[in-house]
Amino acid sequence: MLEKEKVQSLYETMLKIRLFEARVSKCFAKGQVQGFVHLCIGQEATAAGVCANLNQGDYISSTHRGHGHIISKGADIKTMMAELFGKESGYCHGKGGSMHISDTSIGILGANGIVGGGFNLAAGAALACQMKKSGNIVVCFFGDGSSNEGSWHEAMNISSVWKLPILFVCENNLYGISSRVDRSMAVKNVADRAVAYGMKSTVAYGNDVTVVYETAKEAVEYVRSGNGPMLVEYKTYRQHGHFEGEPDVYRSPEEIREWLDQDPIKNCEALIKEKDILTGEERSMLQEKIESEINEAVRFAEESQFPPAALAVKDVYTDIVEEGRVDR
Amino acid sequence: MKLTYAKAINEALRNAMKRNSNVFIMGEDVGIVGGTFGLTEGLYSEFGPERVRDTPITEQQIVGMSVGAASLGMIPVPELMFNDFMGCAFDQLLNQAAKFRYMYGGNMKIPMTLRLPCGGGLQAAAQHSQCLEAFLTHIPGLKVVYPSTPQDAYGLLIGAVRDENPVMYFEHLSLYFEEGEVELDGKPITLGSADVKRQGTDVTVIATGLCVHKALKAAEILEKEGIRAEVVDPRTLYPLDKETIYNSVIKTKRAVIVTEEVKRGAWSAEMAACIAEDIYESLEKRIVRIGELNTPIPYTKNLESYVIPQTEDIVEGIRSITD
Repeated sequence: MLEKEKVQSLYETMLKIRLFEARVSKCFAKGQVQGFVHLCIGQEATAAGVCANLNQGDYISSTHRGHGHIISKGADIKTMMAELFGKESGYCHGKGGSMHISDTSIGILGANGIVGGGFNLAAGAALACQMKKSGNIVVCFFGDGSSNEGSWHEAMNISSVWKLPILFVCENNLYGISSRVDRSMAVKNVADRAVAYGMKSTVAYGNDVTVVYETAKEAVEYVRSGNGPMLVEYKTYRQHGHFEGEPDVYRSPEEIREWLDQDPIKNCEALIKEKDILTGEERSMLQEKIESEINEAVRFAEESQFPPAALAVKDVYTDIVEEGRVDR
Repeated sequence: MKLTYAKAINEALRNAMKRNSNVFIMGEDVGIVGGTFGLTEGLYSEFGPERVRDTPITEQQIVGMSVGAASLGMIPVPELMFNDFMGCAFDQLLNQAAKFRYMYGGNMKIPMTLRLPCGGGLQAAAQHSQCLEAFLTHIPGLKVVYPSTPQDAYGLLIGAVRDENPVMYFEHLSLYFEEGEVELDGKPITLGSADVKRQGTDVTVIATGLCVHKALKAAEILEKEGIRAEVVDPRTLYPLDKETIYNSVIKTKRAVIVTEEVKRGAWSAEMAACIAEDIYESLEKRIVRIGELNTPIPYTKNLESYVIPQTEDIVEGIRSITD
């Protein structure tokens, strides 16, 4: 059993992700957030539970569904929200949006909009950690769908061959966009594939944050000790569509209900109640505190300026500013 | 001293690795055997298996891991055995290497130099002979380098490795064993500086890679007819030294562009369009483009030679606007 403080802090991170994502969903519906937005509501436990085992110097690579990972690794939600609003004060000064938030100073290598695009990048980052003997590790978050990309198999293979300090964390939410896992792969678990690469792996329930935390702790220690890579697969479920505004016609109401009953935050709240970790009053105070942080983030994003048009031609290169338009 | 183009590249790699311990090489057969064409010969024994890494046959991974390592401050100089294999690695170039700095808001640097052997003449047929520089020059975020002489190969590679951006370094396979004077001075050539390889007054021939040598031969032939051709080698396709190129075209009032690429959608078309857009009024004649025929590269010698632009094609092209 985890100590109370640990459960409390995991709960706080999950709640922060949930309330952030719920607000983004609203802001998207209002048109304040544009483009494609992939929310991780329902998958908060994997992000929070894994990242709670990492040091600031460790790295994560993320996916198109990356807000939870990034918040868990310590990103500033004001700067995140501003980026989603397309403002200059955002992480990428309005050039990246939802899928491209990065902050290398706290080990966020960046979310990636190309499914499977991040595997070899993460392996390369792990190679840099190994060559620099920094003692840091890389956590590569990915979904079940991307494990069918060739790049996944390449990265799994080389990580094992070169004993790279990388932990592959699969969030198996049962669907690659609209295709259920059993329509995309012939094995039961993504982790079943690890054996082909001589890699240690484990499968765990991803909607209990204490289970995630403890399995990830063991895996992180294994990787950090120089044993080479490992794969952990968490079974979870996304409660929203693949992206905001998607018509969800491929999942049955029964299935959705079944997983809503296993909501990771409700699961954690049941534990908090059972073990008397927080009183009801403390819990609502915590919720209010996070709500006000998010209100503040939205206010910051709303009040921030859009970038000047001239910014569009900067930072393509370190040393060249591209030609702009003459009259604007 | 006299060195081959291949040896000059090898010496530039050695220089870069000695100068900065973060520089490392990764690719297929680059280590123990020293590269399919001997380009990395001796580096494995000198710098060890950590810094000269033989990889599985996985081009996407060679590029992807290099980008990942570069994002954490390493300086990878990966090799694709043939530029034709870029298809397997394309996402990592198009959507990752080229985009990181920009889409992450200027917070990242990708100091990677990807070596891309290219070009025909070895009877290597359709999948091992192409010149694909236009694909990569089209992508904002990448720089593209294409040396034609051993000295340029040396200086541009040193310059590319010191550059903080992803640099695509094309090297023509048929130039590997061409010799030239090289000063191993460790000095980089600035990316974006063209070089006038031959002075002339009547026509400007803008040529890249092996075609620089063919253009120089064509210029020699035409000199006997009283046509003095100036041969300009851009050396980097992006950034492009428009000033040197335009000054020459303004002087000669004629432009012939010669590259080994398939002519349709080629980099030479971009060059022609730039001249037409920017200094059209200085031209006395139409722009001439000479390139490969719009076919895959055939295997057998007479077909290959027919498809690839040759000196006589350049001679003809120049004559067509200097009569």
